[in-house]
Amino acid sequence: MSRTTAIQATSQAGAPNLPVRGILAKYGIYIAFAVLFAILSFSSASFLSVQNVLNVLRQTSLNGIIAVGMTFVIITGGIDLSVGAIVAVSAVVATSFAHPGGYPILVPVVAGLCFGALAGFINGFSIAKGNIAPFIVTLGMMTIVRGAALVFSGGRPIINLTDTYKWIGGGYFLKIPAPVYFFLLVVLAGHFLLAYTKFGRHVYAIGGNEQAARVSGVNVHRIIIAVYTLAGLFAGFAGVVLSSRVMTGSPVAGLGYELDAIAAVVIGGTSLSGGVGSIPGTIIGAMIIGFMSNGLDLLNVSSYYQQIIKGVIIIVAVLLDQKNKQVK
Amino acid sequence: MVAVSPVENGPFLLEMRNITKSFPGVHALREVSLKVARGSVHALIGENGAGKSTLMKVLIGMYRMDSGEIWFQGGKVAINNPGEALRHGISMIHQELNPIPGMTIAENVFVGREPVYPVLGPLLGIVNRTLMNRMTVQCFKEIGVDIDPDTVVATLNVAERQMLEIVKAISCNADLIIMDEPTSAITGREVEKLFGIIRTLTARGKSVIYISHKIDELYQISDEITVLRDGQCIGTRPTRELDRSTLISMMVGREISDLFPKEAVEPGPVVLEVQGLCQSDKVKDISFCLRQGEILGISGLMGAGRTELVETLFGLRKASRGTVKIHGQAVRIGSAKDAIGHRMALVSEDRKRFGLNLKDSVRHNVTLVSLARYCRGGVVQSGEEEQACQRQIQRFNIKAYSQGQIANTLSGGNQQKVVIAKWILADPEIIILDEPTRGIDVAAKAEIHRIIVALAKEGKAILMISSELPEIMGMSDRVLVLHEGRLTGEFARKDLNQEAIMVCATGQRSQVQ
Repeated sequence: MSRTTAIQATSQAGAPNLPVRGILAKYGIYIAFAVLFAILSFSSASFLSVQNVLNVLRQTSLNGIIAVGMTFVIITGGIDLSVGAIVAVSAVVATSFAHPGGYPILVPVVAGLCFGALAGFINGFSIAKGNIAPFIVTLGMMTIVRGAALVFSGGRPIINLTDTYKWIGGGYFLKIPAPVYFFLLVVLAGHFLLAYTKFGRHVYAIGGNEQAARVSGVNVHRIIIAVYTLAGLFAGFAGVVLSSRVMTGSPVAGLGYELDAIAAVVIGGTSLSGGVGSIPGTIIGAMIIGFMSNGLDLLNVSSYYQQIIKGVIIIVAVLLDQKNKQVK
Repeated sequence: MVAVSPVENGPFLLEMRNITKSFPGVHALREVSLKVARGSVHALIGENGAGKSTLMKVLIGMYRMDSGEIWFQGGKVAINNPGEALRHGISMIHQELNPIPGMTIAENVFVGREPVYPVLGPLLGIVNRTLMNRMTVQCFKEIGVDIDPDTVVATLNVAERQMLEIVKAISCNADLIIMDEPTSAITGREVEKLFGIIRTLTARGKSVIYISHKIDELYQISDEITVLRDGQCIGTRPTRELDRSTLISMMVGREISDLFPKEAVEPGPVVLEVQGLCQSDKVKDISFCLRQGEILGISGLMGAGRTELVETLFGLRKASRGTVKIHGQAVRIGSAKDAIGHRMALVSEDRKRFGLNLKDSVRHNVTLVSLARYCRGGVVQSGEEEQACQRQIQRFNIKAYSQGQIANTLSGGNQQKVVIAKWILADPEIIILDEPTRGIDVAAKAEIHRIIVALAKEGKAILMISSELPEIMGMSDRVLVLHEGRLTGEFARKDLNQEAIMVCATGQRSQVQ
């Protein structure tokens, strides 16, 4: 928040002749979301119901949780292709500890989180200390982790889980699906870290100019490792929630999730070249993807066309973002 | 191709009339007019942020003007991008040169417009390398330089790369060549050579717009001088009718009495002691000490190892031998973090690479090094941070419309002040300044000199690298001279003279054994 308020103050105090364009540049994504929401509300009778909105929020929480971690990674100027596979490994590891008569609920959850964080840590370590491109490291990790999930589960989905475990993804609290709370928790934690802490400031500093950050005494290696570990941790968390929701620990879960997360981050205005971006933007990005595919479902648009539309939205979002930045 | 009327052949090659351009929150240019005569060198001078670069970017179509007219070769033209400017015959050589390092000289000169073989050539794009190389050699001959067109550009030095850019402009048949700070990275003999080339060009009827902060150069090379200030044209005069003090007062709008406000400070105890420091083949066996309140100048030519020396001290390069003592204690500095821990600061010569995060705000840049001080349990206390930033903005007179302004949009002088403000906020004891006033206008320079003197008076120990002898001589209590990585001279303030320093800097004599 401190970031956004600072920028608001700027536009009021310093640039009186910054008109509609400036507002569009800063809040365009929120306006786009509102417009999308309004259009869908009018075109489909069943869209604007508490039931449907909660349903979409629950579906969006998975992508949202992963995308929060991805936001950190992309702000440092990196990318993480392994998060989808981490979802799977975390799912099979967690569920294998979640059979009835086994361990208390904390064990599978912590196991899932730990595996995610471990994979993320190895990513970060290789990138920082080995000085290898994030794309390559996480591409390799994607295959390694997917393979590990298959080995661990013997290629078969893990079923027969405790009711407590099933609650994580399928339960309700005060009539709101449990994953929505987890999503909220991750968002608040992520936003707090990024916008209010020294750690967050260093993340931006590295993405903006890594050399200058290092000269200014920022421990670049440590921050990079922390960022990828965080991304792995959140992906692990998503694996726990997903396996609970579908009551199965599947080694082929999470296929392509990394791309959805990257899409949410990019639609939310985070720059792939690093240094710029925010968690609120990412959330809106994830929501746009979630509500749009729901709306198109309700309007009976075939899922084939939906894919095309989603792709177009990603490109148009970045295009508009670029145009706005180029205003001279 | 936009048609240009060939009939008109008046004295002026270029006329820019009443150019106005504003950015959000800033009036960058107000009704600026500029006339450049054929075959002349027209100097453009002004403080950082005065609008020189903006005016040139409007001319070559990188920015769109809000209002105004551009007349070139006697016809009114509309230029929308640098490609169109080039087709009209206007070429700009930017301050930061961007050749493609992996390609040869000839390939760089003709990149994007390679000559092809006739008939099938245009269809398949088969490059006629023989012709390309011959044309390249020919262009270099025009400026009196012999080169091998197959040399890979990565092996060229800055001066040679600059010649490459000039040749590129000539090969495009440019009638007007804009040079933005062409001498910021080259030294004496190379500057002479550049001036020779410029004179050859003007003798052939080409015109040059020459942007520089170095007043001496303008008097050597230019025919006319136009002064810009705060986005307005202050005036255009023939160079020989304009004396220096008038020029400076036109630039700053006031008289600058004292460029080097040096004040004697009684040096305190030794803070930093360096013994036999080596860094691969760049720094060879350097020893010196630095006292509290002292300004120790480091002089030398390009490539003398000055920057490498201070980067080694600051932990950015690994020392291969030697000891460093701070307050008599031997220390090991392996990273910038260690150096900061020992209360050192480094204002680097390359502020875009090492100094600033151009994508972030003034505030986040200013507090980056000292952020821990404004945090409780890792959480930034934004109120305290803002106050600290505000104090720095006032102390260093940083011109930003708010703390949230993105560093990228500041003028060069203000960016430099942000870097200095950042390091001073960390309250260092030893301050290393590497070319602290490079590419900065006269007024900002004087401001930075005053800041340096004030820091020395506070008892900071200051190590200052500068390529400008007047700056070294005006500011330093003591001067070290480097040549090819070795210490070749050491002078106390009272013994300073330009000739002696140059003799040591060129390695003709060594005063130190």
